Amino acid sequence: MLLNINKLNKTFGDLHVLKDINLTVNEGEFVAILGPSGSGKSTLFQLIGGNQIPDQGEIFLNDELINGKKGFISYMPQQPSLFPWRTVLENVVLAAELKGKPNYEEAKQWLAKVGLADFENSYPIELSGGMKQRVSFIRALLSKQNLLCLDEPFSALDEFTRLKMQKWLLSVWEENRKSILFITHSIEEAIFLADRIYILSKRPAEIKAEIKVPFSRPRDERLLESSEFFTLKQEIFQYIREEITE
Amino acid sequence: MRTFWQRGGKSFLFLLFLFILWEVLVRLTETPKWLLPAPSDVLKEATVGFDTFSGHIFPTISLALIGLVIGSSVGLIIAIILYRLPKVNELFYPLLILSQNIPTIVLAPLLIIWFGFGMLPKLIVISLVCFFPIVVASMDGFRQTAPELKHYMQMVGASRRQIFWKLEFPHSLPSIFSGLKIAATYSVMGAVISEWLGAKAGVGVYMTLAQSSFRIDRVFLAIFFIMLLSVILFGVIRLIEKLLVKGRNEGA
Repeated sequence: MLLNINKLNKTFGDLHVLKDINLTVNEGEFVAILGPSGSGKSTLFQLIGGNQIPDQGEIFLNDELINGKKGFISYMPQQPSLFPWRTVLENVVLAAELKGKPNYEEAKQWLAKVGLADFENSYPIELSGGMKQRVSFIRALLSKQNLLCLDEPFSALDEFTRLKMQKWLLSVWEENRKSILFITHSIEEAIFLADRIYILSKRPAEIKAEIKVPFSRPRDERLLESSEFFTLKQEIFQYIREEITE
Repeated sequence: MRTFWQRGGKSFLFLLFLFILWEVLVRLTETPKWLLPAPSDVLKEATVGFDTFSGHIFPTISLALIGLVIGSSVGLIIAIILYRLPKVNELFYPLLILSQNIPTIVLAPLLIIWFGFGMLPKLIVISLVCFFPIVVASMDGFRQTAPELKHYMQMVGASRRQIFWKLEFPHSLPSIFSGLKIAATYSVMGAVISEWLGAKAGVGVYMTLAQSSFRIDRVFLAIFFIMLLSVILFGVIRLIEKLLVKGRNEGA
């Protein structure tokens, strides 16, 4: 397995944020983490990204201990976080640039593949919200780490764009099966995209349940209307409801 | 370009109106020329007396430009050092602010005593008035880097050095240019002040000579020239800014 998190604990002062988190991501697997806001999902990414050091527990990537080590993951944040003074092409190579000489040809091919070839030399200010997130995703793909961490990447988009982007993400991912760890607070998004879902409790966050999503790939939006989808959604909602009551 | 003319045109017309008002008032009240010359007198002096003035133009321009380049380079380097080494910042930042409280008019004669009448003391004066706006503006620019961009860089494992040169420095370019614009106007002023205190040629020298012989029309000629020079410098910096700062909303 690619990512293996073992008994991870993190506190900030008196605030116990993460409690005994066990989590795995296999090679080529799409894993979603579903939890209420403020449940420490982003802290989990901070730990995996090496910006915070866990109080207890280990994070293994390819059997290597990466507690507090930076630069082992690709990352796509909630905001597109494109650099306004860089063109689209210069932006997508940024993450790769930090590790050495970027491959501009590959970058151009990817931009062409996702229909942004005409915007290669545009600045982010000229792009729509959905386009910016595409650029942000390509940037993450082009950096060569094996694990892709996406932090609520579509939560700032409107409903229509979001569905379009989810389908787009799946279509790109079918071609390029990197392992993905995907944080979201949308049940539907988690079911639609992921192979496996971890449900986090509210603070201190524990893994409340692990759910295998049985739907075959490639998936399309008809899945969203099927009764199996709805049943699974209800099942997950039971767990969430326990978290929002009281 | 059109908006430029719409904006610039209005203030140009207003300026013209003020000049006409000045001209009319001077003529109506029959103010003597040695007290307050009319704009037409100044204009006449600019053409008739151009030969006496022209020799003073180049020294001032070169002094202001060299001073500006040295002052802003020093300012930028100091800002980078202070920002990247917080310990040094704690020690030196208060001193920097204090350095700005020394009145130039007091400092300049001292510098002349120490370094003589050459270029050096003048360049020190100009650099001293120029570097401070650059330091303050650049440091503010570095500090105001968008937090989400910084967070992104940290998550993908960028080193502090990479964060500074790939993110914080380019991000602060508009602030640095704001500082440069202020410094540019200061540099012309600094050049003239330092010339007052002793130089062979320069607008400052021309001004003191004119003042002591009650040639107020020449004083005004010098004042208008200084203004023109400042505006041109400002415009050149604005142009460079437009070429260098890309993909951002139009700044003022």
